[in-house]
Amino acid sequence: MESNIINKNLHHTDNIELESVVIRFSGDSGDGMQLTGSQFTDTAAFLGSDISTFPEFPAEIRAPIGTVAGVSGFQVNFGSKEIYTPGDEYDVLVAMNAAALKVDLPKLKKGGIIITNTSGFDRKNLLLAGYPEGGNPLENDTLANYDVHKIDITKLTKECLVSSGLSNKEIERSKNMFVLGLLFWMFDQSMDFTINFINEKFAKKPEIANANILTLKAGWNYGDNTEIFATRYKISPANLPKGTYRNISGNHATAIGLVASSELTGLPLFLGSYPITPASDILHELSRYKSSNVKTFQAEDEIASICAAIGASYAGALAVTTTSGPGMSLKAEAMGLATMLEIPLLIIDVQRGGPSTGLPTKTEQSDLMQAMFGRHGEAPLPIIAACSPSDCFQTILDATKIAIEHMTPVICLSDGYIANGSEPWRFPSANELQPIHVKFATENNNPDGTYLPYKRDEKLSRPWAKPGTPELMHRIGGLEKQHETGNVSYDAKNHELMTKIRAEKIERIADYIPLIKPDSGNEKAKLAILGWGSTYGAIKTSVNELLQEGYDVAHIHLRNLNPFPKNLGELLKGYENILIPEINSGQLIQLIRSRYLIPAIGFSKVQGLPFTTAELKNKILEIIK
Amino acid sequence: MSTISESTIIPKLTAKDFASNQEVKWCPGCGDYSILKQVQTVFPDFGVPKENIVFISGIGCAARFSYYMDTYGMHSIHGRPAVIAAGVKAQNPDLSVWVISGDGDAFSIGGNHFIHALRRNFDLNYLVFNNQIYGLTKGQYSPTSEKGKVAKSTPYGSLEEPFNSAMLALGAKGSFIARSMDRDPKHMQAMLKRANEHRGTSFLEIYQNCTVFNEGAFFSFSEKESKKDQALFLEHGKPILFGDNNQKGIKLDGLTPVVVELGNEASLSDLWIHDEHDKIKAQILASFSDTSFNDIMMPRPFGVIFSEQRPTYEIEMQEQIEAQIVKKGKPSLDEILSGEKTWTIL
Repeated sequence: MESNIINKNLHHTDNIELESVVIRFSGDSGDGMQLTGSQFTDTAAFLGSDISTFPEFPAEIRAPIGTVAGVSGFQVNFGSKEIYTPGDEYDVLVAMNAAALKVDLPKLKKGGIIITNTSGFDRKNLLLAGYPEGGNPLENDTLANYDVHKIDITKLTKECLVSSGLSNKEIERSKNMFVLGLLFWMFDQSMDFTINFINEKFAKKPEIANANILTLKAGWNYGDNTEIFATRYKISPANLPKGTYRNISGNHATAIGLVASSELTGLPLFLGSYPITPASDILHELSRYKSSNVKTFQAEDEIASICAAIGASYAGALAVTTTSGPGMSLKAEAMGLATMLEIPLLIIDVQRGGPSTGLPTKTEQSDLMQAMFGRHGEAPLPIIAACSPSDCFQTILDATKIAIEHMTPVICLSDGYIANGSEPWRFPSANELQPIHVKFATENNNPDGTYLPYKRDEKLSRPWAKPGTPELMHRIGGLEKQHETGNVSYDAKNHELMTKIRAEKIERIADYIPLIKPDSGNEKAKLAILGWGSTYGAIKTSVNELLQEGYDVAHIHLRNLNPFPKNLGELLKGYENILIPEINSGQLIQLIRSRYLIPAIGFSKVQGLPFTTAELKNKILEIIK
Repeated sequence: MSTISESTIIPKLTAKDFASNQEVKWCPGCGDYSILKQVQTVFPDFGVPKENIVFISGIGCAARFSYYMDTYGMHSIHGRPAVIAAGVKAQNPDLSVWVISGDGDAFSIGGNHFIHALRRNFDLNYLVFNNQIYGLTKGQYSPTSEKGKVAKSTPYGSLEEPFNSAMLALGAKGSFIARSMDRDPKHMQAMLKRANEHRGTSFLEIYQNCTVFNEGAFFSFSEKESKKDQALFLEHGKPILFGDNNQKGIKLDGLTPVVVELGNEASLSDLWIHDEHDKIKAQILASFSDTSFNDIMMPRPFGVIFSEQRPTYEIEMQEQIEAQIVKKGKPSLDEILSGEKTWTIL
């Protein structure tokens, strides 16, 4: 793919209108690239672009400076058209040092723009990045096919702040603002949003705020005054549906979804959690919502965090635990207890590369089987997966509804890609949200005047009698229980009955969830691409492009992974072929094949990275051509 | 609390009212029977309506306890009852929450939760039935078994030092640390009352005889012949006395406890006066279980070894919420949905 912003080599500043642009901010972990990227994103979103972001950072907080291991990147795709992915390749690469260039050059489009900080390309940096002696890519023809801008950003920042009274270290830290200012100039974005941000963030340190604003403006002026940039680009506002928007990441949307669920159920929210990447931000965010009567409990370990949530649920809270793959494994035994207790509980797994510590900061969809089967005994649980950052909100609301109305723990799957990625969200107003009805038991339910804790309704769900309710004292526990009475029972036939009831109860949820229909394309086609979770954006983009090119394809995206929507098997019969792309070695495909006995085709990527649109298109074309 | 009906006067409950309809299935002669009986005996005096009492137990013989109480109860999973109880208490601070655990449940598989429970200080009553053996799994050594214990999994003797539970609890900043035993019903009742009165996590270790796998582990403290000499019953503000006719006492020589005969060697006024709020002296008392002083083993302390008043977790948790509501006001759902930075497309 060639860049659509190849320098036209004109000597005056041209203004070119573009549909969309992908920028990759890349630098050392300490260079502030995440902040730079998110400020650029917020501004672009604020000015009406559709956006999708992909922050990518190392597991180490501060990997050795200047090494390829320490490179931290933030990719943003913004434009006037609908954007569903952060982009396969970028138009602009900001490389703050040699290592950043080394790591991120391969995905820069041919002819794309490179903005480098030459201070990051000294002998030491080049060696750390693994460039051979005398092989400075800025001085040989390595970058001949690109539009390279060599700027000593460190030096310019220092000059700009020479009389600021700040220490060298503080000055050095401001250099990302120079880059941001320059990029704002290049893409005709206002600085106001960031200036406000800086003033708020450093309200108590005006000298730092001033230095950052000065540097930001210096970057802008550098673009405006020097003639090395021949072109400025303009991206018209996207034709997004009318409404009020905010920018939101998946973890943030999850947190808000939980607070909203608490309001909609009228139940106080209790979060039991243990810090784990990439789920911790949900804990951080919720701990700020004390004034919404949110209780957050940072437990001593993963096991304790789900157990505290089980206790809170038993006592009548909307209880949730958040984690990632390794934490899911640790919680497995307690999930078995919660399954046996049949209490509402949300278990949120923000998946990452595994097994074991694996790739903590990289994404993967490899916990589906764990969510389905990762417990002792037969312990089926509903599973629901979010497909984009903002979709985490609705996913949580849907999960809460299932948990409360069907008296069951629910597993919600997100992953590192959508948890950290962000997009504009046309958020709903409170009165558009459906209330979720909670019914606590208050009276005996047995004609003989006793209470039957496991007497079931038409959904097969049992009553929720919280401690403190007069007359309904009862005991529950992990031992197998007698049908209806809940008393301990080792009776053989009773165990089989209870096992079947627990399974049937989860299956019956299918009667209460929406039927599935194609997200793009028709109900009959040569090929359907069946996805789940965070692959939504890449599948949607590739299928829409192929539909426009006249191919007979469709996109079906699963939100409910257990139970499946009732009509899924019937729907899939309408397609000659089914392709199931997953960021794992093929997990959904096993479930689909065994359930519907259809010869679906798998497409796996297990690199800690999302699919690119090009990868998917190539695979699809390979099948249908 | 909304669920308590304060207007109606309920006749005082009896021990029988606290017995559930489930058949008690411990081995004949098990010390757990005594504990169940003492709990059911003292509970009517606490004046808490049955519906406001919750028993959370882990796994093991002790953990069956919750099935036998006609209150709310959860028989949970191994080692985790204290943290499940923390969740219950966090959600509803008005409940009277009792944790039932054993030495394996509390100190081995649940060791992590035990220490963190004490440190956090939720208002829980944490009863640990210590029989120095794994009973339900049929007789393996436990983390309180003595080193060299010959058991199912250690035919040549265990290689592990046992925990000193009171020292462990002190290190974990337990705010109430007490010990009693199954064969002293009156003492146990008194300790249950103290545990109930204490606001914070009340750790009450109860020595409990396992007739099948560890018969007599605590007989030296419970049986007539040796009890007077080997068990030390602490009372706050009283001199530390033991032996037949309380003729022996303990005095402090600096930080070293010394056993003295009253009359010949010392008078009552020379003795160590037990102050359950003194943490340094509590550490010396706690060390009696496994430390000799001048080659003399001290008697085993029973009673309240240490207690202090400090804020409970659930109250401080609630106060933080209330403080934020006062400071910021409760935001509307619309405010939460919109966040601080929005833009509108017309």
